[in-house]
Amino acid sequence: MPTVTLDKKTVLNLIGKKVSDDDLKDRIAMIGTDLERLDDKEIMVEVFPNRPDMLSEEGFARALSSFMGIKTGLKKYTIKKENSKVTVKGLPKEWPYAVCAIVRGLKFNDKKIVSIMQLQEKLGVTLLRKRKKGGIGLYPLDKITMPITFTAISKEKIIFRPLEGKTEILADNILETHPKGKEYGHIIKGLKKYPVFLDKKDTIMSMPPIINSHDVGKITEKTKDVFIEATGTDLNTLKVAINIMLATLDDMGGTIYSLEMDYGTKKFEYPDFTPRKIKIDKKYTEKLLGINLSDNDIKKLLAKMGIGYEKGYALVPAYRADILHPMDIVEDIAIAYGYENFEEVIPAVATIAGESQKTIMERKTAEVMTGFGALECKSYHITDEMNLCEKMSTEKRELVKPENPSNVEYDTLRDTLISGLMKILSENTHHEYPQNLFEIGDVMLFDKNSETSTKENMHLAFASAGIDSDFSKIKATLESALRALDIKCTIKEANHPSFIEGRSAEIKLSGKTIGYLGEIHPKVLNNWNLEVPVSVFEINLSSFVN
Amino acid sequence: MNLQAHEAKLLKKLEDGVERTVTELSDELVMDQAAVVRASLTLNKEGLANTTETSGLIATITDEGKNAIKYGLPETHLINELKPGKKSIKNIRLKNVGIALGVTKSKGYIVIDSGFLEATKKGLKSLETKENELTLLENIKNDETLEKADLDILKSRKLAEYSFRVVRKIKATKKGIEFAKKTDTKQEVSKLTPTMIKSGKWRDVVLRKYNVDAPVAKVYPGKRHFVAQAIESVRKIWLEMGFKEMTGPMIQTSFWNFDALFVPQDHPAREMQDTFFLDLTAKKINNGFVNSIKKAHEKGTDNSLGWQYKWSKEMARKSVLRTHTTVLSARTLSQIKKGELPAKYFAIGRCFRNESLDWKHLFEFNQVEGIVVDENANFRHLLGYLKEFFGKLGFERARFRPAYFPYTEMSLEIEVYDNRRKGWIELGGAGIFRPEVVVPLLGKDVPVLAWGPGFDRIIMDYYKIRDIRDLYKNDVKQLRDMKQWMLG
Repeated sequence: MPTVTLDKKTVLNLIGKKVSDDDLKDRIAMIGTDLERLDDKEIMVEVFPNRPDMLSEEGFARALSSFMGIKTGLKKYTIKKENSKVTVKGLPKEWPYAVCAIVRGLKFNDKKIVSIMQLQEKLGVTLLRKRKKGGIGLYPLDKITMPITFTAISKEKIIFRPLEGKTEILADNILETHPKGKEYGHIIKGLKKYPVFLDKKDTIMSMPPIINSHDVGKITEKTKDVFIEATGTDLNTLKVAINIMLATLDDMGGTIYSLEMDYGTKKFEYPDFTPRKIKIDKKYTEKLLGINLSDNDIKKLLAKMGIGYEKGYALVPAYRADILHPMDIVEDIAIAYGYENFEEVIPAVATIAGESQKTIMERKTAEVMTGFGALECKSYHITDEMNLCEKMSTEKRELVKPENPSNVEYDTLRDTLISGLMKILSENTHHEYPQNLFEIGDVMLFDKNSETSTKENMHLAFASAGIDSDFSKIKATLESALRALDIKCTIKEANHPSFIEGRSAEIKLSGKTIGYLGEIHPKVLNNWNLEVPVSVFEINLSSFVN
Repeated sequence: MNLQAHEAKLLKKLEDGVERTVTELSDELVMDQAAVVRASLTLNKEGLANTTETSGLIATITDEGKNAIKYGLPETHLINELKPGKKSIKNIRLKNVGIALGVTKSKGYIVIDSGFLEATKKGLKSLETKENELTLLENIKNDETLEKADLDILKSRKLAEYSFRVVRKIKATKKGIEFAKKTDTKQEVSKLTPTMIKSGKWRDVVLRKYNVDAPVAKVYPGKRHFVAQAIESVRKIWLEMGFKEMTGPMIQTSFWNFDALFVPQDHPAREMQDTFFLDLTAKKINNGFVNSIKKAHEKGTDNSLGWQYKWSKEMARKSVLRTHTTVLSARTLSQIKKGELPAKYFAIGRCFRNESLDWKHLFEFNQVEGIVVDENANFRHLLGYLKEFFGKLGFERARFRPAYFPYTEMSLEIEVYDNRRKGWIELGGAGIFRPEVVVPLLGKDVPVLAWGPGFDRIIMDYYKIRDIRDLYKNDVKQLRDMKQWMLG
């Protein structure tokens, strides 16, 4: 989730009232953002992905100020008409949309530029899903000539100087060498034609969503008026993204001007800050929250969230991305009401409790095993293939594996438990013997008939290490455990590569092998650097779970 | 009343009603003085004997004193020597001639003239009576108490030494004497044998007392792993509150793990680095719900807008190691039949997060999951269940902050206050399932309270574990020595 660093002074100025650090901390938490750090200069905060409008000082302060009851209600944004247009044509279906606007009268300084760039970057990562859904670009208006065209041209014909680049280079060269090209190039790489913004003089302004031109697409402290665009795959998301940018620029002191978006068959004036109207179901809200609310309460609570209210309707600001359902309005009402102000209750609802059969089997088995004085161990389900096969001297076999493990030594899902216990024994050779260990846990196997082509069985494994450990003792323990658990199996001599020949057997249930027992072969003990005899058994308990 | 061997022995000695000092008893019983004192304490407590303590001067006779008692004092020897008449010093053949000269002279028993000694009248008369010093020495020998001045006389003559000391004297009470008559001192044995028990010989012996303070060898009980113990106690709490347990596999399709929970297919959680994907694709996914869930994602349900993108069935078929136990809640919701409401379910299970292993991060974690499916459930109930649960785990204070999850609304973050460390512990999420989750699975919009906090942090805190990897380190010593999970 995105973390932003905000300038504390700017935020406090925008909130419009002196606030103590303690109050600030409390309110930041209770509006639904995670405060990471608060010091004299900065507020570092994690903004949840549903509130990208809070990713800038302006947006953050806007939300906080109304939440604290200082500047409440739906904020008005005035939009003037620019009387110019952007033509959108000839785009590949992978990148079809653009929305644009102009903002005039900005007074940029270093801080503001950093802030805008941070917002642009974070929106790209979150709302626009690492630019896969879209990208945002800003241009100094005085460097370009209106009207503008958003189109796609053959990549061989695209040559310009990318932002902070030294010279004009070809599009594919940008994708290969420029940092942003390397990061986001994969989004457009497969296309024959790449999307570009061209001004009236056919100057290439940018190649969305990768990079702007250094010559006409770089904002500096001298920039007063900007052209701003958002392009990508989903028009609604782009509208929210550009609205968030525009609201922030307006809060910085700029004035928004609209442009005609000309899609050929369809034309519309943008931006449009008309709030979305969502009907408030008062009964539903009251029932879901368990509180009584008057219309006036609802109005006041919505105002705290920067949402307007009109005759039973919520007026949702154009920069809010997260309102998908009337439920989302209920949530805003709840946040405004304050989660800390809800009185907790447990309703008198009679339901019958019940433990799962699997849990009962696990617990009963553990009771029996601890009765033998054995110590229960818990291992990871993900282990190393070498532990399961090589070190146990068993043959390589098909094992379920994650595709992309972050840890190379944990790359395989276990299909047996014994190797886990052997690993534990090998790590505890300096502790007192005898060591009697057991584990109850799930193992993962292939199963063509299941939904995921895998199945999980609950196994019990027991290992006894010490000078007195031998086949007879392990057999005695196994038989005693099976008797206690009312499990009827047969034990049949069978050789197994992990065990000493003639000192191992299989556990059989109606002709099927469901486990094995035996004395671990010295070569396997060597593999694990163990110097005492070890005997083990492992049995699949799943067949006995109802 | 059951007397230990030492105590019985002592009482038996005191049966004659004579008062004896500890020193005497120690000599006579061949027990060390400390043992006599210990035994006497029990006898006193039981009213069988009384111990009196006097602090007094304890005199001991020196070797010289012992000689004097046996052979007489040096002055007596000298006067005896002079009894026949004057004698030259040179002719006196006595051992302690120096002491004898000094004493007789100071007592006025002799006169010395030009190297000749002659006994005075007083001197000669002294032979008829006992010297005071000798009387005193005999008194000491007879254990009589002496004045300090007298002792000083003896001390100055090196005939005796003395010091202050507490003298304990023990005497049986009437009850003690009677009890002693009934007590016989028995043979002491260290081990009770089956033969003794069977033959009744145990009645004739006394089993030797152990030194209960002595260190003993450690034994190790069989134990459940502490994480399993914690899970058991968490399970017990939900069962107490009337919840039914859900279980299910750890390998799930993306469909159930994500799509059924309204997690959009381009959500960061579905990216490779966070989730363990398996090189397996489900042949088919549960068709009964595919269409309704696709619709929820693309266009929403009821009044919802949905996520407005093209949902891919292909992506939903990809298998994953479950990222949360909430997948079990989704599956349960899809199986609840009409007439089964209200229903309450819980699950406790291992989940997976594809993270590099270090002291703070583990790729497996435990989650506790719960849902309440009830037409009348509301947000306050959600807070109520959670508060109760954490209260039962010993956390008096729990707080809830707004949060965000794609499948809940309201969404909240649960924190409990750790009294020991004076801080809030963040445990994870809860909320009310969105209609986009509930409607496709259940067929109608019923409030579903849901939670899925972790509790590994609570386990770590309880056992003061700093390194998260130690949860599954399986150090045999650590497991053997670890206390039981006592929070319920």
